[in-house]
Amino acid sequence: MSWETVIGLEIHAQLATRSKIFSGASTAFGAEPNTQVSVVDLGLPGALPVVNGEAVRMAVAFALATGAEIGLHSAFARKNYFYPDLPKGYQISQMSYPIVGSGEIEVPLGDGRTKRVGLTRAHLEEDAGKSVHDAWPGATGIDLNRAGTPLLEIVSEPDMRSASEAVAYARHVHALVRWIGICDGNMQEGSFRCDANVSVRERGSNTLGTRTEIKNLNSFRFLERAVDFEVERQIDLLESGGAVVQETRLYDPERDETRAMRSKEEANDYRYFPDPDLPPLRIDESFVASVRERLPELPAVRRARLIEAHGLTDEEATALTRERAFAEYVETMLETPGVSGRAAANWVLGELFAQLNREGTAIGNAPLGPARLAALVARVEDGTVSNRTAKDVFETLWNDPSSSADDVIEREGLRQISDGSELEGMIDEVLAAHPAQVADYRAGKEKLLGFFVGQLMKASGGKANPGELNRLLRERLGRG
Amino acid sequence: MLDSGADPPPDGAPVALDSDDVKAIAHLARIGLDEDSRRRLAADLNTVLELVAELESVDTSGVEPMAHPLEATLRLRDDIVTERDRCVALQAIAPEVEGGYFLVPRVIE
Amino acid sequence: MSAALHEMTLAMQARALAGGACSAVELAEHHLARVERLNGTLNALLAVGADEALAAARDADARLAGKGEAPGPLTGVPIVHKDIFCTSALPTTCGSRMLDGYVSPFEATVVKRLREAGTVLLGKANMDEFAMGSSNENSFFGPVANPWDTSCVPGGSSGGSAAAVAARLVPAATGTDTGGSIRQPAAFCGLTGLKPTYGRVSRHGMIAFASSLDQGGPLARTAEDCAHLLRAMAGFDPHDATSSTREVPDYAAHLELPLAGLRIGVPREFFAEGLDTTVGDAVHAALGELERGGATLVDVSLPHQRHGIAAYYIVAPAEASSNLSRFDGVRFGYRCDDPADMEDLYERSRTEGFGPEVKRRILIGTYALSAGYYDAYYRKAMQVRRLISDDFARAFTEVDVIAGPTTPTPAFAHGAMDDPIAMYLNDLYTVSASLCGLPAMSLPCGFAGALPVGLQLIGQPFDEGRLLGVAHRLQASSDWHERVPEAFERASDTERQGEERARS
Repeated sequence: MSWETVIGLEIHAQLATRSKIFSGASTAFGAEPNTQVSVVDLGLPGALPVVNGEAVRMAVAFALATGAEIGLHSAFARKNYFYPDLPKGYQISQMSYPIVGSGEIEVPLGDGRTKRVGLTRAHLEEDAGKSVHDAWPGATGIDLNRAGTPLLEIVSEPDMRSASEAVAYARHVHALVRWIGICDGNMQEGSFRCDANVSVRERGSNTLGTRTEIKNLNSFRFLERAVDFEVERQIDLLESGGAVVQETRLYDPERDETRAMRSKEEANDYRYFPDPDLPPLRIDESFVASVRERLPELPAVRRARLIEAHGLTDEEATALTRERAFAEYVETMLETPGVSGRAAANWVLGELFAQLNREGTAIGNAPLGPARLAALVARVEDGTVSNRTAKDVFETLWNDPSSSADDVIEREGLRQISDGSELEGMIDEVLAAHPAQVADYRAGKEKLLGFFVGQLMKASGGKANPGELNRLLRERLGRG
Repeated sequence: MLDSGADPPPDGAPVALDSDDVKAIAHLARIGLDEDSRRRLAADLNTVLELVAELESVDTSGVEPMAHPLEATLRLRDDIVTERDRCVALQAIAPEVEGGYFLVPRVIE
Repeated sequence: MSAALHEMTLAMQARALAGGACSAVELAEHHLARVERLNGTLNALLAVGADEALAAARDADARLAGKGEAPGPLTGVPIVHKDIFCTSALPTTCGSRMLDGYVSPFEATVVKRLREAGTVLLGKANMDEFAMGSSNENSFFGPVANPWDTSCVPGGSSGGSAAAVAARLVPAATGTDTGGSIRQPAAFCGLTGLKPTYGRVSRHGMIAFASSLDQGGPLARTAEDCAHLLRAMAGFDPHDATSSTREVPDYAAHLELPLAGLRIGVPREFFAEGLDTTVGDAVHAALGELERGGATLVDVSLPHQRHGIAAYYIVAPAEASSNLSRFDGVRFGYRCDDPADMEDLYERSRTEGFGPEVKRRILIGTYALSAGYYDAYYRKAMQVRRLISDDFARAFTEVDVIAGPTTPTPAFAHGAMDDPIAMYLNDLYTVSASLCGLPAMSLPCGFAGALPVGLQLIGQPFDEGRLLGVAHRLQASSDWHERVPEAFERASDTERQGEERARS
C-alpha cells in the first residue's frame, strides 16, 4: 500500500499590538501573574469588549502581503466552552465572516523549488490565559495576563504532503509575519504556535482520511518530529486493520511522540453565534489603502531586486530577505557608490553575521551600521585595502563607533601597495636575496611561490596588494 | 457550521426532550442535575419548545437574520495601554488565590 | 410645606433643594427612615448604605451652596439602583446566590454618571435573578411585594425598583429592560418607566442578561422625572461597543409637545385575545384623551407581533446561556465547598449558585444554539426578529408613535403564575420593542379595580423625547400618576413630627 500524507496547518500568530484585542491591558510578555488584566480580561460581570483597531489593521496587512481576499464586512462570534483559562466561558473569535478570506502562498522549499499552498482564511480572535500545573499540590494556577492577547489564526488548505513541506510553509509564514511587523515570531514566548492537522490516504485517492489535530507546536523542529511520528502512527494503525480516531493530540518532546489530549473540549459543540456585544466590522477601501501605505515592501519584491538590479545569487538574496532588517541593511549599503551587490552580500553574510552571532546581537543593534561598513567595502573594491586588512579594520570600526574606514586606514597606514613599480622594486629585492629558491622555483618547485609571497608580505608589512603582487611575482619569476 | 451533533428534527415534527437529552444539554452548560430535576426540566423545556414551535410556520425565506438591532457598526479603539496593575484589588474578590494565581483543582491535559 | 418630603416627585425635590426649602441631608435622612420602616414589608431593597448616602448628601448640599461643581437637576435627589448595576461601595448581587456578597471592582457607567450628577444612592433594589422574570418572585433574596396590594407581585425583573418608587421610599430608581422589565413593573406599580433605544444608555457595568436586548432606564412617577434621569444616564461610552455616539437631547427642556398633528398608531394585534377587558378599557380611555388633545389615532398592523414571544424566548435565553458562562466559581462569585475536580467545581458552583428559572433559561438557550438545532431555533428566531422590525419600520412610515397596553393583565397574586409559559406571556406586548431596539415606555392610565394599568408608547429609534412629550401631555391632563398606594399614602405621624421639628 502506498500512502500519501495530507497536512494542513493552523497557525496562531500573536499580533504585536501594545494592548489587547478587546481591552486596554498591556500585552507585554513576562509580567507577574495577573498584573496585566482588566475587568474585561477577567470576564467580570458587566465588562464589555471594545476592539483594538491596530489588530484589525494587522490582519488586513497580512491579507495584503499574501494577496488574500479582505473581508470588508466581517463579524465576531462566540465560541462557547468551559476551561479555567477561558474567563468568560467563551472565546471571541470569527466564524462565518472572517477578516481575511482565501488566498495562496508560494513557499520556497529551499532547493530552488516552490510549493503553492492554499490559504483558506485568517481570522482574529483572543488568546486564552495560561495554566500552571505543577506549582501547587492538587491544584492548578491560572494566570490571565495572556487572556485577550490578539491572535491571527491562519488556516491553510490541506495542501502539504510531507513534514518538511509543512515546516517550509510554517517558516515562510513566520518570516512573513515578522517582515510586515505584525508578529514578533518569538516561539519560545508563544507568539507563534502551530496546530497540525494530519491524515493519510492511499496514494491516488481523492478522499481525505480521518485526521488528527496536533496542538501547540512551538518550534519547527517539534512540528517536523510530531508530524513524522503521527504519520507513521496512523499508517501503522491502518495497516494493522485499525482506524484513526478523530482527536486532538499533543506532542511530547521528551518521548518524541504524540498522545491523545484529555478531553479539553469534549463534546466539541461550540455553539457559535454572532457576538451581540460587537456590531459587525465594516472597513472600506480607504482603510485598506491606509494599511497598504504603511506596508513595507514585501520580501519577494526585494529579493527580485537584489538579484536583478544588484546581481546577487538566489541563495544570497534569499538569505538576505529572510528578515526585513537584513534586506534594509544591505540595501542601505548599496546606496554608497562603489559598493557592488556581491561584495555587500559577502560582507553581511560573512563578517557581519559572524560578529552578530558571536555577541548575540540583533542586526538592528549592531554598532557598525550599513553606511560605515559600506565605506569600508568600497575601499576594498577600489583596491585601497586588501580583503585581509579590511577584516582588521572591520574589528576597529565595530569597537569604535566614532571611527570611519578612511580614518582607520590613514591612521594605521593600512593602504595596500598596488603601485606596480613599487611592487616590482620589492620583488626584485626579495628575489635577489634568495637566488637559490628562485632557481628551484624556475626548475619546477612551484610551491615556492608561497615562500616568496610570504617574504614579500613581511617586507611590505602585509600591505602588498595580493592580486597585483602575485601577478608581478609570477611575471618576474617567469623571466629568466 | 458546527462540529458534531444529532440530526435536526424532521420538518414539522415537534421535538420532545427526555431526561437524557437534558443531561447532555446540562453538561454543555456545566449544570449538575439529579434524575428528578432532569425529568422536571425536560417537561419544562418541552413546554417552552411547544411555545416556540409556532415559529416554524413563519415564512422566513430570504430573510437576513438580525443579530444586532439597528444598523450599528463597530467602532475601533486606539492601540494604547490604558490599564494599570490592579491585581490586588481584582483578586480580593476571588475564591482562592495564591502568589497572584487563581487556584482551581488540578487540571490534567 | 405641608407635603411630606417623600410626596414630592424628583423634579419637585430638585426645585425644593434649589430653593433651599430642604437640604439633601434632610431628604436622605427622611427616605432612609422610610426605608427602615417600610422595606421589611416590601423587600424592595437588598442593601442600604446609610453612611455613604449621608456623605453623598453632604457633598450635594455643598454643591447646592455654591461650592465646587455647579449643581444640576439631580443634585441631592435620593435614588436606588437596580442590583444589576455594579456599584463600588455596595454589593451587586443581581438577585442571585451566585453573586451574594459580590463587590464589583468597577462601577457601572450609569452609576458613575448619576453619581456625578449629584444623586444620593440609598441602596440596591431587589430583582428577579439575573433579570429573568416578570414578577420578582425569582430572587434568591425573596420576593418583592406590590405596594398597591402586597399580596400581588410588583412585576419584574425590576420589581424592587418599582416597589421602592411606588411606596415612595425614593422618588426614582434605575431599572433594566430586556423584554419588558422596566415597563411591566412600571405598569403594575402605577409608575412611569422608560426603556431607551438600544445603544442609548451604556451597558458597561450593567450585568448582561441578553446583550442585544438589554437597556438601562429610569423608573419614576412622572415623564418629567424620567426625562431628567435619562439625560444624565444616556450618552456614548467608549467602554461599550454597542453604545451610540448620537447626541443626547435635553429631554426635560422639550417636554411641552403639541399633540396636534401627532399620529398615534394603534396596532390591532395589541388588542387581540389575551387582553384583560379592564386593561383594554383604561388604555382606550387614555387613547381617547390623546385624541381629544389633538392627536390622530391610526389603525396599524404589526403582522408578526404574535411571534414576538417565541422569538424572544429563543434569542434571550440563547444570549443569556453564553453570558452566564462566566459564573464558574473560578475568579469571583459563588464557589461550592471542597470541589473534587474542575468538573465538580463547575457543576456544583453553578447548580447551587443559580435558581430554577435561570437554569431553565440557560438550558433552553444552550439547546437553541446547539449543533443541529441552531438553524431551526436560533437562526429562525433571528429571522423573525427582522420581520418584526420591518413591521415596525413600515408602521412608522404612517405614524409617529405606537400605543397600546403595556401588559395583558394588571398585577397578579404571588404564586398565581406557577406555569412558566403563563409567566412568559406577560411580556406579550413588551418583547417586540426590545427585539427591535426601539424606545418604549409605560405610564399609568387608569385602574383595574385597585390595581394600576399601564399605557405603552413605542417610538422610532432615538425618539425618546417625543415619547416623553406625549406622556407629559397626558400627565398634564390626568392624575393617574399622582395616585398613591393606600398603605403608603399618608405620611406617618412620626414623619410629620420630624419635619415640623426640622423646620422650627
